[in-house]
Amino acid sequence: MSILVNKDTKVIVQGLTGKTGTFHTEQALGYHGTQMVAGVTPGKGGSTWEGTLPDGSKATLPVFDTVAEAREKTGANASVVYVPPKAAGVSIIEAIDAEMPLIVTITEGIPVLDMVKVKARLDRSKSRLLGPNCPGVLTPGECKIGIMPGSIFRRGSVGIVSRSGTLTYEAVFQTTNEGLGQTTAVGIGGDPVKGTEFIDVLELFLADPETKSIVMIGEIGGSAEEAAAQFLKDEARRGRAKPMVGFIAGRTAPPGRTMGHAGAVISGGKGGAEDKIAAMEAAGIVVSPSPAQLGRTLAERLKA
Amino acid sequence: MNIHEYQAKALLKGFGAPVAAGVPVFSPDEAEAAARSLPGPLWVVKSQIHAGGRGKGRFKEASAGDKGGVRLARSVDEVASFAREMLGATLVTKQTGPAGKQVNRLYIEDGADIARELYCSLLVDRAVGRVAFVVSTEGGMDIETVAHDTPEKIVTVAIDPEAGVSAADVAAIVSALKLDGAAAKDAETLFPLLYKAFVDKDMSLLEINPLIVLKDGHLRVLDAKVSFDGNALFRHPDVEALRDLTEEDAKEIEAHKHDLAYVALSGNIGCMVNGAGLAMATMDIIKLYGAEPANFLDVGGGASREKVTAAFKIITADPAVKGILINIFGGIMKCDVIAEGVIAAVREVGLQVPLVVRLEGTNVALGKKIIAESGLDVIAADDLDDAARKIVAAVKGA
Repeated sequence: MSILVNKDTKVIVQGLTGKTGTFHTEQALGYHGTQMVAGVTPGKGGSTWEGTLPDGSKATLPVFDTVAEAREKTGANASVVYVPPKAAGVSIIEAIDAEMPLIVTITEGIPVLDMVKVKARLDRSKSRLLGPNCPGVLTPGECKIGIMPGSIFRRGSVGIVSRSGTLTYEAVFQTTNEGLGQTTAVGIGGDPVKGTEFIDVLELFLADPETKSIVMIGEIGGSAEEAAAQFLKDEARRGRAKPMVGFIAGRTAPPGRTMGHAGAVISGGKGGAEDKIAAMEAAGIVVSPSPAQLGRTLAERLKA
Repeated sequence: MNIHEYQAKALLKGFGAPVAAGVPVFSPDEAEAAARSLPGPLWVVKSQIHAGGRGKGRFKEASAGDKGGVRLARSVDEVASFAREMLGATLVTKQTGPAGKQVNRLYIEDGADIARELYCSLLVDRAVGRVAFVVSTEGGMDIETVAHDTPEKIVTVAIDPEAGVSAADVAAIVSALKLDGAAAKDAETLFPLLYKAFVDKDMSLLEINPLIVLKDGHLRVLDAKVSFDGNALFRHPDVEALRDLTEEDAKEIEAHKHDLAYVALSGNIGCMVNGAGLAMATMDIIKLYGAEPANFLDVGGGASREKVTAAFKIITADPAVKGILINIFGGIMKCDVIAEGVIAAVREVGLQVPLVVRLEGTNVALGKKIIAESGLDVIAADDLDDAARKIVAAVKGA
């Protein structure tokens, strides 16, 4: 088992014909044959996309004008959005209106009020949105949506959820090196207004029988980590708990400054690292002071 | 992106908000002329810097007098004399840090007869993903203190983006602020127009502290702090034109040109990292091993050789930097490409301080080989712990 995506996931690409969309679609096709089935670029419907996979072989995909048409013709159940930030909000809403079950938005730099509009639409829909400003989701050996490097993954038992891209890779790489491997790695993204929060992913990992332990990587800004800690405490009382290791980036970040990610800012005295770490520890998560020790800390936690 | 108070007020006035008459000035002569153009008999002389706490702040220079950064004048002469003292002097507030900020602009404003001081802000409430009003009867104070000591006095009203500010929303704000009479009537137009200004201009924060009830019972915006969403500036060239570059760090301006996320800090170890989370974690681990980072710098996922060179130049231009840590997790980005970029940058810019490079991920063996064979004095590290230990030791040993 895994969560969110598996070998049966059929993916369309919004923004396929751009440079970023093309590159990452080639990489995804080369990753255990992830089912990338079509692209959507308004005005280019009817054309054919051609790409070169990492092994040198060629691939083609049909391009449609709209998500609705692409979904109808291909039976896709997921969409990945590489559309540039100015137009990405509208593209996500198009995918929601086409009732796409899973929408993964990689785009960074979407105006936050565009995301407020998206969120309002999302709340009334059945779609799940991952991101924006996230690295995507990957189930080892089955399906890669987004920009995570497939080579560092290994099929295994750890569920990984993170607000940061490269820190996700650290956690994946270290759990691979410890021989634990992953069920699924999920990037929820670094923006302040996003589709999926820690709680949503933790619920899926708790319910997934193959996921034996969880790594959760947060950062400064907002209170999603505190909310997740409360959720985990409540679930543990009902007998649902899995061993967890955590990390919070930004202990040394100055208040009032946005640290790269639009959502990584301590404002109004809220969103600091220490409060998050305290909340996570109170929920039984072993919080590592070093991002280099995630894998080792988890391996030790599992032996204990 | 932040703007000055006088710019924020002009912008809000354009949406119909009640603000006092006022004039921004750059010299004592202009201040005097401004004072004459206003009715009096009370004038407010306000320092224009991008930091809060100006009223309680103090100037460094004795020549600026012992009064704060916001002063009440009772004559035109007094306005001119305050302007002479304050212009060019360095104001230190709770938010500027000990170095303070030079005051180059003043705002001369008509005085107000204040009956009550309230607090009102608009922001994006990330817990619900909506724009929200945050209001309190405790205006004119530091809102963080109010939030800490008496959280029950702060009321949040989130707005449905599809419906906008409803009559029920206004009623909730009016009740929270205990408004009646003319003020309650003013509220019916003021709060919807503040919301419109926030949304139309893609603000990230609109803070009015205080919002006042005048003795005649009407509402007035007495102070205004506005920040904009940097990601939405592309649709607001008028807002971009309000940018005051003298308020921003020169290194941050340069980094912005190269699309690098950079924040200047006070330590002595320069950092270059890919990814915002890993960049923060790199700062944290430097601190964990007993030193302080000089900056936050995210070169991004698709860092080119040009970007790496630009980043390297910005880091080495900071005289406080006594050592550099480059930490790259090559995902899609290959380590050998990064290694070549780093070497090119070092060759072009030169290397006066210890440099530790930690590479991990795709093509890592090749990347390490390229650095080892470059002949440059680069200290290689195996993981982030090892890298942090090595750079801290190198800087402390120097």
